[in-house]
Amino acid sequence: MFADATLATIFVGLMGLSVLIYAVLDGYDLGVGILLPLENENQKDQMIASIGPFWDANETWLVLAVGLLLIAFPTAHSIILKALYLPASIMLIGLILRGVAFDFRAKVKQTRKATWDKVFKAGSLITSCCQGFMLGMYVMGFEHSLAAYLFSFLSAIGVTMGYAMIGSAWLILKTSGELQLRAIGWARWCGRLAFVGIIGVCIVNPLINDFVLERWTQMPTAFFISAIPALCFILLVLNDRVLNTLPLPQDKGCWLPFMLTVIIFICCFAGLALSFFPWVVPGQLTIWQAASAPDSLRFILWGALIVIPCILAYTIFSYRIFWGKVEDLRYY
Amino acid sequence: MADVFMLSRIQFAANISFHILFPSISIGLVWLLCYFKVRYDLSGHPVWMRAYRFWVKVFALTFAMGVVSGITMSFQFGTNWPGFMEKVGNVAGPLLGYEVLTAFFMEATFLGIMLFAFNKVPSWLHTLATCIVAVGTSLSAFWILSLNSWMQTPAGVEVIDGVVHAKDWMAIIFNPSFPYRLVHMLIASGITASFLVAGLSAYRIYRGDDKKAPRLTLKAGVFMAAILAPLQAFVGDMHGLNTLEHQPQKIAAIEGVWHTEKGAPLVLFGFPDEDTKTTHFALEVPNMASLILTHDPEGELRGLNEFEGEHPPVKPLFFGFRIMVGVGMLMIAVAWFCAWQLWRRDDLSRLGLKALIGMTFSGWVATLAGWYVTEVGRQPYLVSGILRTADAVTDIPPANVGFTLSLYLITYAVLLTAYLRTLFLMARRSVEIEEIQLHERSKQRNFIPRDVNQGV
Repeated sequence: MFADATLATIFVGLMGLSVLIYAVLDGYDLGVGILLPLENENQKDQMIASIGPFWDANETWLVLAVGLLLIAFPTAHSIILKALYLPASIMLIGLILRGVAFDFRAKVKQTRKATWDKVFKAGSLITSCCQGFMLGMYVMGFEHSLAAYLFSFLSAIGVTMGYAMIGSAWLILKTSGELQLRAIGWARWCGRLAFVGIIGVCIVNPLINDFVLERWTQMPTAFFISAIPALCFILLVLNDRVLNTLPLPQDKGCWLPFMLTVIIFICCFAGLALSFFPWVVPGQLTIWQAASAPDSLRFILWGALIVIPCILAYTIFSYRIFWGKVEDLRYY
Repeated sequence: MADVFMLSRIQFAANISFHILFPSISIGLVWLLCYFKVRYDLSGHPVWMRAYRFWVKVFALTFAMGVVSGITMSFQFGTNWPGFMEKVGNVAGPLLGYEVLTAFFMEATFLGIMLFAFNKVPSWLHTLATCIVAVGTSLSAFWILSLNSWMQTPAGVEVIDGVVHAKDWMAIIFNPSFPYRLVHMLIASGITASFLVAGLSAYRIYRGDDKKAPRLTLKAGVFMAAILAPLQAFVGDMHGLNTLEHQPQKIAAIEGVWHTEKGAPLVLFGFPDEDTKTTHFALEVPNMASLILTHDPEGELRGLNEFEGEHPPVKPLFFGFRIMVGVGMLMIAVAWFCAWQLWRRDDLSRLGLKALIGMTFSGWVATLAGWYVTEVGRQPYLVSGILRTADAVTDIPPANVGFTLSLYLITYAVLLTAYLRTLFLMARRSVEIEEIQLHERSKQRNFIPRDVNQGV
């Protein structure tokens, strides 16, 4: 039913989808972790309560994305992860620390809770910085030069800002009162910094990768591709205006910043994806060169086509159960 | 290269050893939680909810440790063992993929409902969520053990241009050693969880907790262990016979059979010496190994001499196996002793409590020892007869692996300490602070009708 060449495209599409869902979902809970105010006990508890039921499933999208890379493009998986060995390992330590700190903080003595909060915040920060750094190295084609490292550091800051931005948008949606006001302030700051970051990537990316430059300047592709950053900037300005008017009476529009931020994430992701498709390792390996045996891909694809809609359905179900402003998080 | 090879092996072993500690608890524990929750739904007695509430916290913590340590594994395949996916990725990939798709998401999503939605959804839906998490964890074990078993006893594939291609998926998934290994591991997890539950409950009672919940959980843990531990001995024996059929070199190393012989003795203990190919200070039961493995006292056992250069190192298997069996015997003894006491007088002596507290984490020892036997027993192959471990290793600088290995080891040591301390802290705390009603102090089971305000 599926031609061999189509299979590779389908799988890179599935992988892209899970990376995007991961960036949005784990993005907001990492962002909440990054923003955690260590001095305010009440706000800390509220913020962590807002992500409590979700973080575990959110992280699973990363496992799926890496899993799909491993399943569909094993050669690319080893090239990419070998090149990113250290940042990937440090990111894993960050993820480990943050995942367990979340549980420990609620169960240990009051005096140790503050320590685990710090671990939670640090773990979130380490994770997002490493992910940004890895994205930068990926865009730079795993080059080991000063320029590449500088760009990757910028990318680390950019991704962290992006996560903080979607994290604060999540908080605007899920909280009220003083914490919501604080979140609005955070969102404005992060939005402005993200603006600068995205401009940076738009300039650097075509300059270092020839095939990207070609795509960005040749008609008619240039027309579509340049629409993406343009849309992104318009949305960022719009988001800033919206944040300026929040909070409104009866908390109208508290969902707007989150929605706008998700669209901005989609734009950034689409920009990157269109720049690099069909390369899976930029400049080295295309998806067709890296793909696994078609029979194996078909075997997993059928399962994926059945299971992924179910996953989406019960994910939505879970979000509906925890709909609305956050309440006290209590284990039962 | 040898350095990267050894470092990568140690790192993988460290990661997977740390990881398996937590699933081996959570797979079994979540079924116990289902039991507590169903009992609560049926009787309406708040004590079951209280049992659930204490153990669901332990489960949440254990599950989180398992998830985060498991993510590391999916990266390690690419970073340290690129040859593995390049050569057998066509088989390993889909099996891992199905684990993520059918198990991970289900567990993680419904865990959120199980932990935090008790007041937001009807009780039956909460029970259902608990059961779904239980099914998810067992399903996850299904897929990963299928892959592991396939690496031990590959089937259903053909090798084209040095790369493994799948021919028959049913043969791959249900490869010869899979049913035995799956059942063996699921029971192991059940035993690990039941000794943890019994041990921590005994600890609470030992510290003067006179509430009803720890007594109920103590009983549940002890009786579960008393049933599962002997069952495990039986299943383990069948697993051993299956191994003899498909991986005779592993059995030869376990039993210390250096040369093919008829009427081989069972070596209870000794010190195997690979240089002289003898077992020093061997304490033997004549003809017993042949009797157990071939059901004939004069049966022939193939010795290590038939697998020159193709057999695993003897010492780790020899000792690992004896540790596993020894702990297993001890488990049967303790579980039966305590079950007998509980049966007779509905109470445990101080000795029984102490024994259970001492055995709290005995499941970890046996499970790890067993896994070391089976995994080291596959060496020098990564996939039996298809891929040698040494051919799959990465070429990244040894210093990098050394760095990350030490980072992991430090993190794991800290987390393991924190985990153990937290469990005992939670137990001590619940002795004092958990609210109780007067009638629960009595040891009799005076169930009362459901009252919506109680115990929730």
